Amino acid sequence: MIYARRAWIVLWKDALAERRSKEALNALFFFTLLLLFIFQFTLGGDRERLADALPGLLWLGFVLSGLVGLGRAFLTERDHDCWEGLLLSPGDKSAIYLGKLAGNLLLMLLVEAITLVLFGVFFNLDVGRHLPALAGVVVLGTVGFAAVGTLFAAMTAQVRARELLFPVLLLPVLVPVLLASVKATEAVLAGEGLSGVTHWLKLLAAADAVYVAVGVLTFDAILEG
Amino acid sequence: MNWFEPMMADFAIQVSALKKIYAGRPILSDVNLAIRPGEAVALLGANGAGKTTLLRILATLSRPSRGTAVVAGHDCVKHAERVRECVGFVAHGAWVYDDLTALENLKFWTTLSGRPTDAETLRVALTAVDLDRFAHARVRTFSVGMKRRLALARLTLGRPRVILLDEPFAGLDQQAGKWVDEYLAAFKASGGCVLLTTHSFGRGLGVADRIVILAGGGVVLDTPAAALSNDDVRRLYEAHAEDDA
Repeated sequence: MIYARRAWIVLWKDALAERRSKEALNALFFFTLLLLFIFQFTLGGDRERLADALPGLLWLGFVLSGLVGLGRAFLTERDHDCWEGLLLSPGDKSAIYLGKLAGNLLLMLLVEAITLVLFGVFFNLDVGRHLPALAGVVVLGTVGFAAVGTLFAAMTAQVRARELLFPVLLLPVLVPVLLASVKATEAVLAGEGLSGVTHWLKLLAAADAVYVAVGVLTFDAILEG
Repeated sequence: MNWFEPMMADFAIQVSALKKIYAGRPILSDVNLAIRPGEAVALLGANGAGKTTLLRILATLSRPSRGTAVVAGHDCVKHAERVRECVGFVAHGAWVYDDLTALENLKFWTTLSGRPTDAETLRVALTAVDLDRFAHARVRTFSVGMKRRLALARLTLGRPRVILLDEPFAGLDQQAGKWVDEYLAAFKASGGCVLLTTHSFGRGLGVADRIVILAGGGVVLDTPAAALSNDDVRRLYEAHAEDDA
């Protein structure tokens, strides 16, 4: 009970701070908008090229905005040495990880939902028709992304070259999740339902479980430095 | 709690042959210090003498290179979690989130420490440091001194047995400084142990039972505070600060 309350208070703090400052949300929204403009200019109205490239572009948008969002995940902790406070708070530190992960996940899903709508508008894509299956793939892919991203954001938070180190560390580890997410999204947008992408969803679920478990088990050591 | 017994029987803080090397430079060379429950010690020394380093080791934020540091009967390296349960630490940083209000900051830290506290108790803590009028103001609008007072309010909610304060009077006005003195005196009287660093010869020394001066990486003076006037302390401090430089 105390463990859940500790995880909840971290999520509450992050959500409240973000709702008031809207720093990450505003930055990610305009970043995503910029990406979409670039994609639109590059691809134009060629529907055939678009159909081939769309799943990759969609996840490229998610990954780039995710990197920006996750990279900021522990910035508030560095201000006024709050990192020390987290470290000295008695109890299992993995609760802090789960709270942070939940906060990052919420933010990423919100940005991804906005991105999906904008993709629909920019590329004249009927997102609604594929929504249930697409939502399943996006949620599973994002959980894995956020799990390992939160962990690496903590790992690099106190490092001087964190802006460089964070994506360099994160992206290779994300390969299985990105591969499965892009392939599953491609199949879903081609009209296959969830039943057609079961193997990819199983891979995503397994990767999510492994990444979250690794995060829970190692966060204490990472926080201790 | 079984940490209480060894603490009452022996020392609240015991540091033996402590050494800390940072980036190849010895910060602490051979520090020995013992503080009993109910005792307050003021730690003095020039900038870079190792006061903050010693406090950080005792708070389990840093590991000694050699030697031992024991707080409330628990080794700071081997049983860091047990030490954290009974230590209250106010460092240079105030540990506050700018986009949360004063009340929300206290709620966050008490809940994270596994001691969720009702709003009334949080308000009492804010009233004690004269921040009750700003309970719902975002910390972003606070001055340095107000953030410092908020950090002290957080300290009072933790029910620590050992308090470590790194220059607690920095940025505080007279009224807040007086409150800190009174709070520490009451804490000491209840059997708590205080170790504080200060550069202020007026404040902090009043509550201290002993004055310890750090210089050259070690303890160069450890004497009862009652035996010295503020001017004596200032002279000793300046003499050792010059040695250290």
